[in-house]
Amino acid sequence: MKIEGRVWKFGRDVDTDAVIPAKYLNLQDPKELGRHCMENIRPDFAKSAKPGDIVVAEENFGCGSSREHAPLALKGLGISCVIAKSFARIFFRNCVNIGLPILEAPEAVDAVGDGDELSVDLESGTIEDVTSGLKFKASPMPRLAKEIAEAGGLIEYAKQHLL
Amino acid sequence: MGMTAVEKIFSKHTGKDVRAGEFVFANVDLVLSNDITSPLTVEQFKKIGAKTVFDKDKIALVPDHFTPNKDVQSASNSKLLRGFAREHGITHYYEIGRMGIEHALLPEEGLTLPGDLIVGADSHTCTYGAAGALGIGIGSTDAAVAMATGKLWFRVPETIKFVFSGKLRPWVGGKDLVLAAISEIGVDGARYMAIEFSGAAIRELSMDGRFTMCNMAVEAGAKTAFIEPDEKTIEYVKPKAKKAFVPEVSDPDAHFAQEIRVDVDDMEPLVACPSSPANVKPVSELRGISVDQVVIGSCTNGRLEDLKIAASVLKGKKVHPHVRMIVIPATQRVYKDALKEGLVEIFLDAGAAFSTPTCGPCLGGHMGVLAEGEKAISTTNRNFIGRMGHPKSEVYLANPAVTAASGVLGRIGSPEEVLS
Repeated sequence: MKIEGRVWKFGRDVDTDAVIPAKYLNLQDPKELGRHCMENIRPDFAKSAKPGDIVVAEENFGCGSSREHAPLALKGLGISCVIAKSFARIFFRNCVNIGLPILEAPEAVDAVGDGDELSVDLESGTIEDVTSGLKFKASPMPRLAKEIAEAGGLIEYAKQHLL
Repeated sequence: MGMTAVEKIFSKHTGKDVRAGEFVFANVDLVLSNDITSPLTVEQFKKIGAKTVFDKDKIALVPDHFTPNKDVQSASNSKLLRGFAREHGITHYYEIGRMGIEHALLPEEGLTLPGDLIVGADSHTCTYGAAGALGIGIGSTDAAVAMATGKLWFRVPETIKFVFSGKLRPWVGGKDLVLAAISEIGVDGARYMAIEFSGAAIRELSMDGRFTMCNMAVEAGAKTAFIEPDEKTIEYVKPKAKKAFVPEVSDPDAHFAQEIRVDVDDMEPLVACPSSPANVKPVSELRGISVDQVVIGSCTNGRLEDLKIAASVLKGKKVHPHVRMIVIPATQRVYKDALKEGLVEIFLDAGAAFSTPTCGPCLGGHMGVLAEGEKAISTTNRNFIGRMGHPKSEVYLANPAVTAASGVLGRIGSPEEVLS
């Protein structure tokens, strides 16, 4: 599957309180959550992001709270994937479980600028910066995480393998 | 090569010897969820199509975050959780008035036993390592699958070993040790890994101090934290335990990813400054910073010992006229014991607000939200941007003694300044 979109670039240690502030945790609808995504650290993000856009961040994206509302907010806003140098553990598994594509690609993060147009091939993990013409390869996903993602998330995986 | 306690507990729950780095499906002993993570859990549980939960005795549901409910939406979420608990006959559902903050409540109820593998839809589930259990924070979809099947996927983590040697100075406790650990390795220093806290200073710590330490391990990115069960652990868990348990400890020749030694002899109380739990400074360097609000409570430092320490600083003193002090016992039992021991009277006489158990202010939920430009010092676990309210408010994290003293001084300060 190929994804194309504009880059929204963030720094290191973006915590899940930043992705979706706690005061909205009494909501569950991904679209409603999406409207408040990143509002404390980048108020223009939720207003301007378009379906297909890509979040790119430095190390430890999604640290802090376990709230699944964080990847749901990104998904609800139409963010097509998150590329980071590294992900916090629970955020990583939440993304795998709900089927939000994530890629670890430190070199791509260094080279890609805010506002660049990216083209990402999720199958091969190839990231192309259409703006600069540079190409990068993401680290391969662990096999089990890949299987869960390919099943369409943990619920589908559980139906097929655990019940 | 020997095994770490973490590898042993994972092996026990997968039925084969597993080592760090392996991906496994493991059986879990307990699945926890709360009022903000449960609505999504219930939604996902329905999608699986399971008719019943895997074991009604092995699920704990605790409405503690936006409770007592702050608005209609939160009340609807709690209603959903309550309905699920009744529908499936969940044994360990805790209603308002009989509850507590989940990570203080479950150990108190004897539900976190040595050798157990516990998953919770809350990042601070790592707290249970102080009782010799593996507590692992998960998401809501994870919780749904664990509730339906009793199983979940994991990567068996490597372990970083911290050895704290020396003797703690007065007013230095578990909170300071864990802040020292987080500042040593950074907020992602233990990402995907477990932390084992050990050494003479840990053995000296009370169970309450140990729970505080394991609680904040996730602020260093850790998957779980662990303290080898000793006589203190057994003395704590045995009278509460509702089933037999087998403690696990790391073999002497186990492989640790890293071993970090910290001498505590000269350590003074530490404070994490905005906006990272790793931005740690000694309290003496922060004396000029005024505060508007003081919070003593949460799953980190709302246990009886924490309230006792705070009360020992506040006794006969008044909260500074410009400061709001909020004290929240972590559980109903802590509340009752605080009443019995005269602590509540000390807080009220000092001019503090004393609340029923709730996570409220820790996450900027309710009962203590900060306005623009305000500063708080708090015994809670996170000081991210906007964590306690307005994105332009600031939170400093400290132990209960420093937090209480700062409430009296109206600025960050040490207990000695108040008591001298």
